Amino acid sequence: MVFHLFLPIVSPLIGAALAVLLNRLPLASRLIALLSTLINLGYGLWLMVTVPASGPLVAQASGWLAPFGISLVADGMSALMVMLAALLMLTTIIYSFFSIDYERERHFYYPLLLLLLLGVSGAFLTGDLFNLYVWFEVLLVASFGLITLGGSRDQLEGGLKYVVLNLLGSTAFLFGCGLMYGFAGTLNMAHIAERMATLTNPGLQTVLAGVFLFAFGSKAAIVPLFFWLPSSYHTPPVAVTAIFSGLMTKIGVYSLYRVFGLLLQNELAIYGPWLTLLAGLTMVIGVLGAVAQMNVRRILSFHIISQIGYSIMGIGLASAAGLAAGLVFTAHVMIVKMALFFIGGAAEQINGTGDLKRMGGLARREPLLALFWFLGILSLAGIPPLSGFIGKLILLQVGVSQQAYLITAVAAATSILTFFSMLKIWNEVFWKKSYEDVSRLPRVRFGLLAPGAALVILSVALGLLAGPLVEYNTIAGQQAFDRDAYIAAVCGVDGCEAVYQAAVR
Amino acid sequence: MMPLLMMLSIFMLLRGHNLPGGGFIGGLLAASAIILQIVAFGPKTAQRILPVNYLLLAAFGIFFGAIWGLPALFAGLPYMQAFWLPEPIPGVGKIGTPVLFDVGVYFTVIGVTTKIALLLVEEPTIFPLPTMKSAPVEHEEGA
Repeated sequence: MVFHLFLPIVSPLIGAALAVLLNRLPLASRLIALLSTLINLGYGLWLMVTVPASGPLVAQASGWLAPFGISLVADGMSALMVMLAALLMLTTIIYSFFSIDYERERHFYYPLLLLLLLGVSGAFLTGDLFNLYVWFEVLLVASFGLITLGGSRDQLEGGLKYVVLNLLGSTAFLFGCGLMYGFAGTLNMAHIAERMATLTNPGLQTVLAGVFLFAFGSKAAIVPLFFWLPSSYHTPPVAVTAIFSGLMTKIGVYSLYRVFGLLLQNELAIYGPWLTLLAGLTMVIGVLGAVAQMNVRRILSFHIISQIGYSIMGIGLASAAGLAAGLVFTAHVMIVKMALFFIGGAAEQINGTGDLKRMGGLARREPLLALFWFLGILSLAGIPPLSGFIGKLILLQVGVSQQAYLITAVAAATSILTFFSMLKIWNEVFWKKSYEDVSRLPRVRFGLLAPGAALVILSVALGLLAGPLVEYNTIAGQQAFDRDAYIAAVCGVDGCEAVYQAAVR
Repeated sequence: MMPLLMMLSIFMLLRGHNLPGGGFIGGLLAASAIILQIVAFGPKTAQRILPVNYLLLAAFGIFFGAIWGLPALFAGLPYMQAFWLPEPIPGVGKIGTPVLFDVGVYFTVIGVTTKIALLLVEEPTIFPLPTMKSAPVEHEEGA
């Protein structure tokens, strides 16, 4: 029991309330946003140092005992995600300082960012299925606000699609929660996992897994359910698109990992091949969708979908090693994808448009921006010294070692397609000669360049120092797949059922 | 009606810990008192009688509710672990951090509910925002 596990939830909550109260002072709400994100980042780092050695950390809300109250659980996967969420939010806030207009700030831009961070951290930490739903709602409400803030016609159109399709997914999730409660009689994840091992009604478990796959799949934008993403992600300001690309779909992935790794592990044997099929389709269709686009952020949006395929492949491989490989990849893609959005967004702001046909000539005008973009796409494609190489290499290794040759081949081929598609942006935005006079364009400001550059440098560093990253994620993958340790950490060595029976008697 | 409903709402707020009532119900009652004013006399009069910024009230409510979970955190207990005063205060009942948390909920519910009602009756002040970079909204989203 660690009482301070609530810190990453409490700090953005109080921060958001304070930032609304002090909304009249723009500087104050900026500082508050910065501070509470830094608190989360520090705490996330501490968790990452502590958790691999100690096993999952647990806290019970209000001190209610585990299967009855709401538990917060931080295992390796949660700790990594909490840290990454705070890190990405930090870069977003810094980027926002230099790019968000005053009107948006006045209309609660930073409190909304903090509420997003609150929902995300809560979703990563909670150990209760229904509580996970509540955190999903918190972060969705915040994201609805962020995506429509400003109220231009494009934004409302994209926002509407985003809201409707996400609510559909949320409804499915709620159905799943209800079914699960009726089926297992509990919503505590550890308790569900324990009962799932003993309950014998395989048909219903399969149905439940299907419902959750639909719910989280639509959040993660896997293949038949991705339509909301490319139609809405290019409409809000760059900073908002970037943080969405880094966090929103990855929460769906995290939930899939959690639900299939912990709650419905038995179902993985049945769903594994289908998940790999979906993963392959998602990779290919995402990257092919990008080919037809002529807008920087739309191309990048389709690549989010394609990259999600790799993360899903991690679960589809249905083993602790698969989960670990998927986690390495997800961590890498969160960082690199955001970096590309920041840099592409900066290019867009310089040119005043995201239309590839009307951009060009930035390589000579902004060599630093071009350099970081190039490193970013190399990393995304998986060229050796960068983090993308490590992420893909491990996934492919696990794929080969489990004789999943087809998906492995598809994954490798998709990397090449990804690189070609990214080269298109490179050619159009940076390399080709501009039709207009480039020297008239405004210079990129340091604040717009720095967040993306920092993330690219981080990606390079992760590629060079891959050992600790892989080691950490191997432990995290094992923890995510180890039901007994999770149950013991949440409910004690006798398990949740023993606590439950003792209380009922 | 308004003072009566307000008193009832505070009564509801305080009896709520172990009986039906509590911050949410109390907040709804108080909000309905204000909304009745809006319906009867229009939003301007209602704003004059109770000159409150309801958005800030809601934010204050969240802040107030959240901070009463903190003492437990500082004492090394899980967030929101309850603390109670040993003796009940006559006329008010037992006071502890959950009651104070409920007060936060109370303010939040008043703030949010009334703000929504005000936005529905007033001319919109949030949208459109013509000074933002993007194009302003068409009129059909307004009303």
